[in-house]
Amino acid sequence: MQWEAVIGLEVHVQLATQSKIFSGASTAFGAEPNTQACAVDLGLPGVLPVLNEAAVAMAVQFGLGINAEIPETSIFDRKNYFYPDLPKGYQTSQMYHPIVGPGEVEISLEDGSTKRVRVHHAHLEEDAGKSLHEDFHGMTGIDLNRAGTPLLEIVSEPDMRSAKEAVAYIKALHSIVTYLGISDGNMAEGSMRCDVNVSVRPKGQETLGTRAEIKNVNSFRFVEKAIAYEIERQVELIEEGGKVVQETRLYDPEADETRSMRTKEEANDYRYFPCPDLLPVVLDQAYVDHLRDSLPELPSEKRARFESELGLSAYDASVLSSTRPMAEYFEAVKDSCGDAKLAANWVQGELAGQLNRENLDIADSPISATQLGGLIRRVIDETINGKAAKQVFMALWNGEGETADEVIEAKGLKQVTDTGAIEAMIDQVIADSPVQVAQYVEADEAKRGKMIGYFVGQVMKASRGTANPQQVNALLKQKLDQS
Amino acid sequence: MALEPEDVRRAAHLARLGLNDDEAERYVDDLSRILDMVDRLQAVDTQGIAPLAHPLDATQRLRADEVTEPNQREHFQHCAPAVENGLYLVPRVVE
Amino acid sequence: MHDKTLTELATALAAGEFSSRELTESLLARIERLDGELNSFITVTAEQALQAADAADAARAKGEAGPLAGLPLALKDIFCTRGVRTSCGSKMLDNFVSPYDATVVEKLAAAGTISLGKTNMDEFAMGSSNENSHYGPVKNPWDLTAVPGGSSGGSAAAVAAGLVPAALGTDTGGSIRQPAAFCGITGLKPTYGRVSRYGMVAYASSLDQAGPMARSAEDCALLLGTIAGHDLRDSTSVARGVPDYRAELEASLSGLKIGLPKEYFGDGLAPEVEAAVRDAIKVYESLGASVREVSLPHTDLAIPAYYVIAPAEASSNLSRYDGVRFGHRCENPADLEDLYKRTRAEGFGDEVKRRILIGTHTLSEGFFDAYYKKAQQVRRLIRQDFLDAFEDVDVLMGPASPTPAFDLGAKKDPVSMYLQDIYTIAINLAGIPGISVPAGFASGRPVGLQILGPHFAEQQLLNVAHQFQQATDWHRRQPAFGKENA
Repeated sequence: MQWEAVIGLEVHVQLATQSKIFSGASTAFGAEPNTQACAVDLGLPGVLPVLNEAAVAMAVQFGLGINAEIPETSIFDRKNYFYPDLPKGYQTSQMYHPIVGPGEVEISLEDGSTKRVRVHHAHLEEDAGKSLHEDFHGMTGIDLNRAGTPLLEIVSEPDMRSAKEAVAYIKALHSIVTYLGISDGNMAEGSMRCDVNVSVRPKGQETLGTRAEIKNVNSFRFVEKAIAYEIERQVELIEEGGKVVQETRLYDPEADETRSMRTKEEANDYRYFPCPDLLPVVLDQAYVDHLRDSLPELPSEKRARFESELGLSAYDASVLSSTRPMAEYFEAVKDSCGDAKLAANWVQGELAGQLNRENLDIADSPISATQLGGLIRRVIDETINGKAAKQVFMALWNGEGETADEVIEAKGLKQVTDTGAIEAMIDQVIADSPVQVAQYVEADEAKRGKMIGYFVGQVMKASRGTANPQQVNALLKQKLDQS
Repeated sequence: MALEPEDVRRAAHLARLGLNDDEAERYVDDLSRILDMVDRLQAVDTQGIAPLAHPLDATQRLRADEVTEPNQREHFQHCAPAVENGLYLVPRVVE
Repeated sequence: MHDKTLTELATALAAGEFSSRELTESLLARIERLDGELNSFITVTAEQALQAADAADAARAKGEAGPLAGLPLALKDIFCTRGVRTSCGSKMLDNFVSPYDATVVEKLAAAGTISLGKTNMDEFAMGSSNENSHYGPVKNPWDLTAVPGGSSGGSAAAVAAGLVPAALGTDTGGSIRQPAAFCGITGLKPTYGRVSRYGMVAYASSLDQAGPMARSAEDCALLLGTIAGHDLRDSTSVARGVPDYRAELEASLSGLKIGLPKEYFGDGLAPEVEAAVRDAIKVYESLGASVREVSLPHTDLAIPAYYVIAPAEASSNLSRYDGVRFGHRCENPADLEDLYKRTRAEGFGDEVKRRILIGTHTLSEGFFDAYYKKAQQVRRLIRQDFLDAFEDVDVLMGPASPTPAFDLGAKKDPVSMYLQDIYTIAINLAGIPGISVPAGFASGRPVGLQILGPHFAEQQLLNVAHQFQQATDWHRRQPAFGKENA
């Protein structure tokens, strides 16, 4: 039988606010335990929440970024349950009236095609703290620094059909939130966390199969592997006559498998009700319009513009628009050198290769976009040839000069175009290579084309790479043919 | 709506309130009488009436995104029953 | 000194008749002598009070004293006070020394007032008799066999007994007005959102409101002006200017339209209470007011709606008492569930448990619509009753409670206790302000006249109450209790 997977995702994105969603405590990552847990975060008796404007603005920006409806009114609810990292015994969330309504995310698949994934809604909520299990005489330690960090939970429709589509969706979300600057998107630090719902059904069947939820999968790679494993597990189970049970599972990256969470817990009853300490959030149209007007160009728009206006290939446009730092770098190089295609080649070629070798992010590139642009300008105006350009690039990478011009000057890499100087070098090479000259003279026209390479090489070497190769070629041919 | 002992046990568990059997029985009785009194609500026709969560028709005011709260960990942990290395301690949580 | 109003004491301090230290020492001595029997205080902060009194006297010597400087007060033990135990009447918080001050506590301290201590109350403000306190019941100074009312019973008893000229209370369903009525003092519940709730231990967040309890409406006006106002830490506090609540106290009541809700004069109202209230209304007529009957048709639904909404909010608000970050924690918990269940079983009293269970049950799956949603719809109907009534009249008047203070131990059944709050509870559901003023006696126990106004009509309520107190002297009556021992 042909099986089809049905996948939906709930992605929690940590918003890049300075302070928490309901308190003035810092959200900075990595502080000493409980040093960023204020009275409100600790849920001390009598404290009250006050909503952070930036969290609201970021949620709305996300909504606008996925063309979602932004309802005029959203309401915070309490989700009640006991857990040591949940100080108040409830999480403040939005159950019935989320801040972002239905929207759409365009994902790019490996074959170059695109697909739209519907977003059911996105809502604001507060994060919980962390439980630390090591080394407290059999006790668990609770750190509430993270408690109250603003989260945007983005809930998709079950529109994905493969692990790859799911990964493409998360990458698209990652790209949107980092473009908007509403999250650092750092998955290793938990800034994006995914819960994945997976079910399978015979291809062509309308009704959905029973789904399993895989909690807290925190990297692109693990999402793909966890889903792939889970699909296989469910198909095998059904084919062997078993039944999928609705349950929560955990992905174990080391064993590369999902496992049922051992829960003696009865079905949860969160007793949602509107939080009486917070009033309805009402967004007036002017506020939403203002946020819409200040929205940056988003990845899908950028990709389209790179193709249509700059004439880049679909592949180049997609790669160069994939992250905001990448796109910004590329555009700065392009603006500096004035040639989009050359800029694209350099950013994806020499620069990407070198970054890759040294495992660096484009944001940490030792060569600035202005430096690279300056280098490309010297290629365009033929001050240096291609070979010298690579030398200049490495020199700039290694910090051996501030600008391409400085390096060219210091290393004497300026292309030699003075015919007299090149002729002198050619004469010397011919004089030093009697055997090769003799062979050349005897060879027929077809072979001569290949043999000239030797002489070009020698002349370039003599010029330490600075001679204009086209000129060398032409002059050599003249001289040798006269020999 | 009649209240069953099971309802009280379930609520007690959700609320993490330890109850012994005697107490549970007593609460079934108390709570049943309270719910009988509350059940007067069921006779009211409330169709089309929006629930009222706050007595004033006010809307949420927003706070500027600024860090205003300094670290007061030691001060806040004075009143904590069990703390070590700045962490609150609870019996081991099995995940 | 103990029988003076706050306003009179302020005048005396300003005139140098005595110092704040002398006043404070005299009241502390009175507390020492009398409160063993009354049990109106949970914690007396004598040392801090004397320091604050000296500071107020020093400020006065330098000519820097404000109008409230050096005046002693008491705080219901529901307000967080930095460095001082804040128990909320519960074993759960018996060991809780608050690391921060409530906004109202900060405001009162900034005005130079002096807190003598924290007053007794029903645990987590749940009760109408002050018998639900972990620290034992408070007695009514008018009759030591009677309850003082609740939940702000300690504040009411302390003011009535002359232990302190004024106190702060909180009112979720009548917890300022009913004990004020039972103890023969004046108590004001402001409009919801008028006073910050930050630092006030939450019972039912959409109903809770702090307010003054004192010997006169004038004193309540003085205190309300100090504690009212928008607070950036409380989203539900209202951004609206604070008027001078004393400015209109002397305004004439000629032409005032008073409505008498017929539902507040029906079955269950003790005849002596009704007589006292009707007499009070005659006083108003003599002051130029007109009186007409009005109807609040959903009155009988207020208690049912309240006992869904308040316990639901409470069940969630009280989840933070888990033995992890503050408060009581059971000995040697075996595991997490044991920690929670035993801590909470040991830390909470009976009434608190009842309300947590009711609230948890009514919010749970399958019951939410029938109870919670229904109660909130009914809440809108109840509010509408008041809004409609205030189209026709300026204020509403009636009894604060159907009976005078009942005997300690008289109401064993929770439901019969709840029904006591028939005239006060709807006011919290609607969010409007209400004040109880002394209006006579029934069987030797005080009777309170309740006056209600539209949202933010505190200035008018205080004017209406003050004019009554200019025409009568019920508010100046004092129980024998203090005198015998004086």
